[in-house]
Amino acid sequence: MPPLLQAEGITVAFGGRRALDRVSLTAEAGRVTGLIGPNGAGKSTLFDTVSGLRRPQAGRVRLDGRDITREGPARRARRGLSRTFQHLELFGRLSVRDNLLVAAELGPRRRHAARTADEVMDRLGLADTAEAPADALPTGIARLVEVGRALVQDPRLLLLDEPAAGQDAEETERFADLLRSLAAEGTAVVLVEHDMSLVMAVCDDVYVLDLGQVVACGPPAEIQQNETVLAAYLGEP
Amino acid sequence: MTENSGPLLELRGVRAAYHGITVLHGVDLNVAAGQVVALLGPNGAGKTTVLKVAAGLHPPDAGHLLMGGRDVTGIRPSRLARAGVCLIPEGRGVFPNLSVRDNLLMMTFCGRGRGREEIEETAYGRFPVLAARRGQQAGTLSGGEQQMLALARGLATDPAVLLLDELSMGLAPLVVAELYELVAEIARQGVAVLVVEQFAAAVLKIADHAAVVVRGRIQWQGHPDGSLQAELSSYYLGSPP
Amino acid sequence: MDQFLAFTVVGLSTAAIYAVIGSGLVLTHTTAGVFNFAHGAAGMLAAFAYWQLAVGWGWPVPAALAVVLLVLAPAFGLFVERVLMRPVQALGEAERLVMTVALLAGCIALARWVWDPDTPRPLSPFLAGERAVRLGPAVVTWHQVITMATALAIAVGLWSLLHRTRAGTEMRACVDDRALAVLTGADPLRAGRLAWVLGIQLAAVGGILIAPTVALDAQQLSLLIVSAYTAAVFGRLRSLPLTFLGAVVVGLLEAYLAGYLPQNDYLPGLRLAAPALLLFLALLAFPHHRLRGRDRTVVRVPLPGRRGSLVLAGCVLALALFLVSVLTEDQVISYGTLFSLGVVALSYVPLAGYAGQVSLCQLSIAGIGAAVWGHLGAHGELWALPVAVLVAAAVGALVALPALRLSGIYLALGTVAFATVLDRWIFTLPAFDVLGVHIALFDQGSVSVTGPDLFGLHLTSPAELLVLAAVCLAVTSVAVAGLRRGRHGRRLIALRDSEAAYATLGGRLLVAKVAVFALSAGIAGLGGALYGMQLQTVTADQFGLVAGLPVFLIAVVGGLGSVGTGLFTGLAYVVPTQLLDGLGPWAQNLSALLIALAGMGFAHSPSGVIARLRTDWAPLGRDRPLLTALLGALAGCWALAALVPDGGPPAVAAALLAAVTLRGRAAARAAAPAGIPPEWWGLRRPWRPEDGEVLSRATAAAG
Repeated sequence: MPPLLQAEGITVAFGGRRALDRVSLTAEAGRVTGLIGPNGAGKSTLFDTVSGLRRPQAGRVRLDGRDITREGPARRARRGLSRTFQHLELFGRLSVRDNLLVAAELGPRRRHAARTADEVMDRLGLADTAEAPADALPTGIARLVEVGRALVQDPRLLLLDEPAAGQDAEETERFADLLRSLAAEGTAVVLVEHDMSLVMAVCDDVYVLDLGQVVACGPPAEIQQNETVLAAYLGEP
Repeated sequence: MTENSGPLLELRGVRAAYHGITVLHGVDLNVAAGQVVALLGPNGAGKTTVLKVAAGLHPPDAGHLLMGGRDVTGIRPSRLARAGVCLIPEGRGVFPNLSVRDNLLMMTFCGRGRGREEIEETAYGRFPVLAARRGQQAGTLSGGEQQMLALARGLATDPAVLLLDELSMGLAPLVVAELYELVAEIARQGVAVLVVEQFAAAVLKIADHAAVVVRGRIQWQGHPDGSLQAELSSYYLGSPP
Repeated sequence: MDQFLAFTVVGLSTAAIYAVIGSGLVLTHTTAGVFNFAHGAAGMLAAFAYWQLAVGWGWPVPAALAVVLLVLAPAFGLFVERVLMRPVQALGEAERLVMTVALLAGCIALARWVWDPDTPRPLSPFLAGERAVRLGPAVVTWHQVITMATALAIAVGLWSLLHRTRAGTEMRACVDDRALAVLTGADPLRAGRLAWVLGIQLAAVGGILIAPTVALDAQQLSLLIVSAYTAAVFGRLRSLPLTFLGAVVVGLLEAYLAGYLPQNDYLPGLRLAAPALLLFLALLAFPHHRLRGRDRTVVRVPLPGRRGSLVLAGCVLALALFLVSVLTEDQVISYGTLFSLGVVALSYVPLAGYAGQVSLCQLSIAGIGAAVWGHLGAHGELWALPVAVLVAAAVGALVALPALRLSGIYLALGTVAFATVLDRWIFTLPAFDVLGVHIALFDQGSVSVTGPDLFGLHLTSPAELLVLAAVCLAVTSVAVAGLRRGRHGRRLIALRDSEAAYATLGGRLLVAKVAVFALSAGIAGLGGALYGMQLQTVTADQFGLVAGLPVFLIAVVGGLGSVGTGLFTGLAYVVPTQLLDGLGPWAQNLSALLIALAGMGFAHSPSGVIARLRTDWAPLGRDRPLLTALLGALAGCWALAALVPDGGPPAVAAALLAAVTLRGRAAARAAAPAGIPPEWWGLRRPWRPEDGEVLSRATAAAG
């Protein structure tokens, strides 16, 4: 069986500059795949390409072995792909509950949208803020709402773009538990995160992106010792 | 100006927040004239916010910003610019659609006494490559040339404080080394230089002092030496299991 | 060949004017960040001012020119920048858009108020007495020579200003990177001020040059600018050279169409509409914008309760019955339109309020509804009413096509182009056949409209039609409120707040946008049909672009997200207009001016008046004894008005007085709950939702 997500040789250029240069990445069901790298390495661009917001100049995106490179974002969502955004993209004028409802009503469990939304809010500890308008939330909670909005769609592939930014140590710990339980339920999770302790604690594999290229990939312990990775972060010694 | 005569730029207990989220929890930092201070740390630690506070772009919620011992907290950025604070922001220190010559003309606006001719002379003298491209739009220059043009502002406007954000972004290591050589040269003229850099190696070659910011707090501060490197890799990649 | 040269000369001199005006538009758009819908209106005011000085008061031409171009135009530019624009600069694009639309409506109303539109004001071309120049076979008048020379001089002057001076470089730097410009010590505000002064001056030059070749008419001059908009859009609203090129294309196109189009009933309108059609196409050729992220300045959309919307519907019906029982037949005709216009205004709520798509052509679409009903329902056939609504909805879906590519000002501009094409061409056509379908709109004149035949009951009297319109307003208000509470309303709001998130959650942008445009156009079409029935005969200019601006502005003042904005707009548009018109001819156009001023005043508070009214009146609604008193007082006033001759005005005054007094009392009682011990809550005063929490907290503290 092929891995759930296969991105192969993705190349994206903005006006001459290559933001992604033949990047390949796979994510498998039941595993958390980390994607790290310095600012501007191309992590969010890769997410945009996988979720269908940006067409690559070259390369293929496959879901379950099926080529979805030319499909639009809505189509991919219906195939079970959900994502969150680094720069929050909540529906600011709607309440937290309504944010989740919109997503649930577009997802596979639309018949039980209200119940699904309530379940996810309970799971993420959002029940107390259910009626608050989304644009009034502090960043940490707003990021959780983004995660919740993705979860009500029962995704098979979940792309998380810095979901834990703005959380304190305890909240991060709880978030790590959530990620582990999602993986245990069979979801393929791709995690972009700057908090390395979180990445190292939950990821099964880690990809390191630098200047649009994958410079390393492997289990977290290996990545931590990798000279190339250190150089990508600290510059050439 | 003599070297190390006491801090020229001083941040005292600076706390700063965006939309109610605190990103700096009390930062103390001193930069003396002629000194290069490197501000290091992982992404999202608050390094850029420190520079924004120092340039007056982001008023702190608490704490003070001092220049030459004078409290300048809350002063508008354009006035700080005229007082000699020069911030070269991350990745975009030039006007891309203006020619090299017009970019240099914009350097006369901080009103630090230099005319257009004098600025062009200084810039072209130090960077002959810019002289050859004076009519070209800055956006069409190579990344290294763009940063040279941006640094020309730090050179030609005679600043008291130079704030640099991620100078090395997207540049080859050789070019970065060359640029930091120039930064050291600017500092030797008595300018207080504060450098935010994610790629520590390049800047540490010229830095007199380093500070590591993690989660909005300064975690380590001192003279850069071998122990810093190990310290940094654990901040960036987490401590080995 | 000679003819061709002659048309070319005419085309180039028109092009020169469009280039001048268009470059001013580009300048303010790039430097100050405002797309000025009133740019043409500023040129129009300059033309009128010039006429007043040079012709009206007989000043020498150079003195008049100097005063207009060097004193009045810069002063107007500074006024707009400082007083109108700077307060909304930090708010969103929508607020800036409302401000310039209000300014457009205000300028037109002001010009009409000051300079009576029925008096002709000829303005002779420059050097009209001199012999025309012969360039080979072509004849060029001195006015044309001056026009083209001016455009060339302005092109050179602008280029040197921007590229050869400090101030110009500062302007370009601020356009390029405003944040960096601040860091280098430049002053974006100063650059913006300069851009406004120059922009208005260029508009003034264009207005004065074009006025002699067309009639000095406020509306016509302000909208000639559509051609200049087209030129500016050619330049992507950024590039001055491309704007000049676009101006040449538009100018020549107009001239050749005028020269070579065969003369018949169908095509002259096409010539007039050509720039607008071209604008529409140019906007469609704009690069597809990436899915937009979250809009930073969001206006909350109130969530109407089921009870609240029923109360609103009840108020609409009660008001209708009150008016019918009190007013004379003439008054019923003039005041009755408040309900049908209310329906048109309500069409903004799903479209602009929920989905954030600003359309300035809703009244034009209402016109289509009115015309279709007028023809198909000529004998009151009831089936024709849904057909009119569907035709309007189909037209709305057509407008949605550019909306898939455009947003914000570009979309608003597209709807302006659409409304202009309707005004100048489609609405002026005689009846015609397309693929065997007979299409008739206004038949080059007026269409008589009758009321519907409601299962044997033919509604024809003004009173019956007023009640019908009120019932429709009540029903659509409840329906739009229901939309907001349900799944589809949520989706529309989500779509506006983040297209990127909506799409990645599996939402179909195309379907949602076309649906909301069609829905709101259908509502507008219904309103138009009702409006037509009440007017009995309709003409195209009752549904023009300019006529629709006040409706849009009042809907903004009311709050585009509030369902009550339908009733509010109807009242605030019709009642003051009728009252002011009663004051005499001097007050004509004054109401339009006041509406424009209100629009300017409320551009700052986009959540609208209705939201505030709701909080102000909520205590009275909860205070059962006072509410009963109010209802009694209102009933008394009604009886007074119905039974006593001429009792209407005093009755309305008394009702308003009673309502305001009781509201004050209710607010005072609600503010001082401490006076009543908790055990009497719900007895001596009504129980309030928050009481439960207060009590439980108090008992918890005591325990």
